[in-house]
Parts: sequence; C-alpha cells; structure tokens
Amino acid sequence: MSSTLVHGDSPSQNPVQQSSRVMTKPPPMKRARSGPMADRIFGYAAKASALITLVLLVAILASLTISAWPAISKYGLSFLTSTTWDPVQEDFGGLVMIYGTLATSFIALLIAVPVSFGIALFLTELSPAWLKRPLGTAIELLAAVPSIVYGMWGLLVFGPVLATYVQQPIQAMTAGVPYIGAFFSGPPVGIGILSAGIILAIMIIPFIASVMRDVFEVTPPLLKESAYGLGATTWEVVTKVVLPYTKAGVIGGIMLGLGRAIGETMAVTFVIGNFNQLDSLSLFQAANSITSALANEFAEAGEGLHQASLMYLGLVLFFITFVILSLSKLLLAQLRKSEGAKS
Amino acid sequence: MTFTLKQIALAAAVGALLAGSGLASAQEITGAGASFPAPIYSKWASDYNKATGVKVNYQSIGSGGGIKQIDSKTVDFGASDAPLTDEVLKSKGQMQFPTVLGGVVPVINVKGIEPGSMRLNGQVLGDIYLGKISKWNDPAIKALNPTLNLPDAAIAQVRRADGSGTTFIFTNYLSKVNAEWKSKVGEGTAVNWPVGAGGKGNEGVAAFVARLPNSMGYVEYSYVKQNKLNYAIMQNAAGNFVKPDDETFKAAAAGADWAKSFYQILTNQPGKDAWPISGATFILMHLKQDKPANGTETLKFFNWAFSNGGKAAEDLDYVPMPPAVVAAIQKSWGEIKDGAGKPIAFK
Repeated sequence: MSSTLVHGDSPSQNPVQQSSRVMTKPPPMKRARSGPMADRIFGYAAKASALITLVLLVAILASLTISAWPAISKYGLSFLTSTTWDPVQEDFGGLVMIYGTLATSFIALLIAVPVSFGIALFLTELSPAWLKRPLGTAIELLAAVPSIVYGMWGLLVFGPVLATYVQQPIQAMTAGVPYIGAFFSGPPVGIGILSAGIILAIMIIPFIASVMRDVFEVTPPLLKESAYGLGATTWEVVTKVVLPYTKAGVIGGIMLGLGRAIGETMAVTFVIGNFNQLDSLSLFQAANSITSALANEFAEAGEGLHQASLMYLGLVLFFITFVILSLSKLLLAQLRKSEGAKS
Repeated sequence: MTFTLKQIALAAAVGALLAGSGLASAQEITGAGASFPAPIYSKWASDYNKATGVKVNYQSIGSGGGIKQIDSKTVDFGASDAPLTDEVLKSKGQMQFPTVLGGVVPVINVKGIEPGSMRLNGQVLGDIYLGKISKWNDPAIKALNPTLNLPDAAIAQVRRADGSGTTFIFTNYLSKVNAEWKSKVGEGTAVNWPVGAGGKGNEGVAAFVARLPNSMGYVEYSYVKQNKLNYAIMQNAAGNFVKPDDETFKAAAAGADWAKSFYQILTNQPGKDAWPISGATFILMHLKQDKPANGTETLKFFNWAFSNGGKAAEDLDYVPMPPAVVAAIQKSWGEIKDGAGKPIAFK
C-alpha cells in the first residue's frame, strides 16, 4: 500500500507514469465542487432519491413492527411454530402460511431453474438465428401477463387437468404405500401446494430465462471458441466455460425469480386452496401462503390481534426475503473467493 | 433554494387539494364498507345522482374496513354485513340500520340431482363442514333424501377464503343449529375451517363448485340465480323445507323484532316460510354528526333509496326491506343530531 502511495504521489520521479496519469484522470483541481447550480440541484435530487429508498425501507419495517406488536408481544417466536389460525378464538400462529410460502417457492424454483436454463441455453447456443428473436420476445411477453390471469387459468384450466391426469393416477399408484402415499393424498381437486408451485414456476420462468440468456450472451466468444477449438462439446462449453463465467448473473436471475415467487399473491391465492390447517405434507393438500392470507383476510380483519397477526406475517415475509437476499450475497462472495483461490 | 421551490410547490398542491375538497363536500357524500351490497349501493348512487345531482361515493372495501372508516370519521356512513351489538354501538356513539336483505344458499354439484331437490338441515350442513359427513351417500343425508340416488363419492367442501359477511351469516347459522360447530369452530367473518378449500369471493366459490364434481359450497343468493347453480333446499326452524327466494328471505325478516333493535341476525328465524340462512346488510352512522349537512344528505339518499330503489334492488337480486321495517328505520333517524343537539333529519 505504501509503495503505491509513493508511486502515485511522486509522479515527477517517473515521467512515464505521470503522462499516463494525466491522460486517464482529469486534474483534481477541476472537481465539480463549485459546479453550476443545475449540477448541484441534480446532485441533491439524486441523493434525496437514494435516501428516500432507505427511509422508506426503515419506515416500512418500523410501521410493520409497531402494528404487529400486539401479536409479537403475545406470541413471541412461538408464532413461527404454531399451526393454529383461529380468528374466532383469537389464537394465531403462522407456520401454515410460512410453510406454504417456502414450499411453493421451492417447488417453483425446482421446476423453473432447469427449464429456464434450457431455454437460455437453446436461445444462445443451439437456436437457429431466425428463431432467436421471436422466441426471446415471446418469453419476455410471458413476463408481462398479469398474475391474476395465471391464477384464473390455474383454477379453471390447469387445476382440473392436474387433478385428472396427474393426481388421480398417482394416487391410484401410491395408494396404500406408506409415507409415499401420504405425499400425494388429498381431495382430487387439483389445487394445493403443487399446483401453486407449478403456476409460480410458469410465472418466474420468463424472468430467470431472460436474465440467463442475457448473461450467457455476454460470455466472450473468444472463450467459447477456444473451448470448442479444444474439442469441447456444447454441454462442456456451457458447464465449464459459460456457467462459471456468468455465475453471478445466473444466481442474480434465480434470486429475482425466487423473490417474485415468494411475493406473488393473486395467482397463488387462486390455486393454493387457502386452507389454514397443516394436517399432512401432501403435495395435493390445500394450504395457504403468507401473501395469500394477507390478501384474503386483511379487509375483514377487525382491529386487534387478528390484524396484528397478519402484520406479524408480513414482517416474517420481510424477514424471509431479507435472509434469502443475504444468503445469495453470501453465496456470491463465497464463489468469488474460491475463484480467487483457483487462479 | 431548492427547498423553497419544493415548499412552494407542495403548498400549492395541498392548497389546491383543500380547495377542491372544500368545494365538493357540499354535494358529495362518501361511504365505505361491505362488498356484498356494493352493486346496489352503486346503482342507487348513480340513479340518485341523476335524480338530484348529489354524488354518493361508495367504496367497497369490506365490512371490517367500513367499520374502521366510520370510527375514524373519514366517511359519512359505514357499511357492514354483520350488525354491531347495541352495546358496541352505544360505546362508539353510532347507530345502524338495515338496507337490503339477502340469503346465503348451499350450492352443490352432484351428478343427476336436480336443482332444489336435495334436502338438507342445519345439523347435516354443519356436520358436512366439520368433516364428520364426508360422503354424499352418508346415512344422515340419505335419511333426508330417501328418493335421491346419491353417489358414493367424497364431498369436496368449498368455502370463502377471504373474510366476508357471507361467511358470518353462514357460520352464525351453523352455530345456532349445530352444537359441535359452535364449540369447535364458532362464528365470524373468517373462521378456522376444519376442512375444505377456499375460493376468493362469491365468484371464486361459485367457480369452484361449478367445476368440481361432488363439491358443495355456499354463496349469496344472487350468484345462485345469475349462474344457475344447483342448490339445496333447507329445513327451517319451523321444520319446513323451503326454497331460497325473495319470499322466504322476506319471511325471515318479518319474524324479527325490528322495533326493539336493529341488531337482528336473521338466521334460523321462526316463521314457517323463513329461509334459515338469511341476513340483512347494515349502514353505520355517528349519532352526533360533525358535518350535519353531510349527515342530512346521507339520510336523504337512503330515504330516496327506500322509496324509489326497490326495483333496482330486485333487478340485482337483492330483497328490499319490508315497509314496516322501513318505517322503523325512518323513525330511528330522529336520533341523529348535529353538534348543538338538534336532529338533522329532514322533513
């Protein structure tokens, strides 16, 4: 550190470095300290916008906590493990909704990540040139479909199909099999955790796929062609060159999709069944998610514990999102570290 | 410099807003609350606007929201599907009156069964929603329907996912007629359902039942009529099996003692033709009006609606209040006073 300082601060000793410095950096004297009025106003406005975001975040967190306080002080952390949700007796616990949110998002990722990877791979490596654009646009258009449309479609079209052609055959096959049978039990209605997960997967595929495609496309052709030149197959090029090069972007895309899946409300509420009991872990069991419970119950929830518990659920959702975001940052940092170790 | 500019702009905007609302308030009243009567309130509002030029703005935000809004006096009237008890009203300094009647109807989707041919009673309905009766050919259902060919299929129970006045009326009825329901689940706009899938709104439940074989649900009467759903008939408190329609809802309203209190829940009423799962929807107003002019306009609006809005209500499948009840409501308006203690009711 001191050596660089010496080099940087005494340019006269090294004329070559001095000239390069003059070329790349403007002289420090002309810093926009006393720039024209418009510049300063713009600076303030930009700073204010950034600050507003922070203030908003803190304000949301504070108001959520304040409104959830009656529930927090009454239940504490046992709220997270209790499955009772009884507005009549005023006894509330959030495990059913938390489980529903996590389970549907997990299923959605499980389906959406491989499919999106396939889409992105096809679009960047395999697709004939004339198909690339229409296909890419079509996928981006899917992202613009309002979520309620997916919900209605899920309820009216997809649910019955799932019930008739997937659920009932599976149930017939696994009936009587211990443990496995329990995973597929439930009324043959085609709504529940699995259908919500699949609908969510369909909704987040366009997001993940288009981010993946964009980052795959920025892989330098030089790298790819060198690999091909060494005799690598397309699969090897993608897994050994493209993916390592773009992993930050890929993870970012997946996180974007996950964020959307966790926060999605309308489509989920149509197909999840809104059932506040956790009596089986069946994929076909109607369940509930945090957002769906909030959307359904908030309007009619009276003052007091019911509303506070819903607010508490909102706070939990906030926390889940925060944890997932932190984990993804951590994962990226870890990847970067191991990258440094390798080279 | 920027701050002053900002302040000026802000002040101007606030000023404009204030001036705008000040001008409008003379000819505009606002209400908020229950979604069940929202279509008829909107229809009345638009008809009333055409007739008098007064604008009535009704926001359908749910009963819970309506109660909150009237408590904080941000609206001139609140609307709730469930009546408030007299004690609660007294403590809040508010009054309530019913506007229209409706009924909640069990709808079914069972192959080969004609609309209105399945007979149910409160005990059986409660047991179905408790999950105790899980098949259509259960002996309890068979005993009520000896002539029907009931399938050996599981009942898929459908109910409201969102908190709603419809659920309140339905669960209130089940609590009255099924002891186990009362102790295990109870009544409310949202309850801890032991079984079943939740649909969002009446339309969600109707859609579920229509497409799920062997399902049953409960919806507002108008949804049964408009969507031609298959419904069950119910045994009422007098022991008769009745069909859901205007007459049986009115019969349920006639059995209540409206002169004593408007806190009347019309489930399981004694009349021989009374539909057992009926209910009225209510308007809430403050007894002491901070803005007497708005209070008077609100009463004028509902007075107009009671005398001229009956047909519009029937067109939308609501049932108007019987004339005797309307008279009692108009009398009750005398209690609403302005700040000086003078009744605001118009002549």
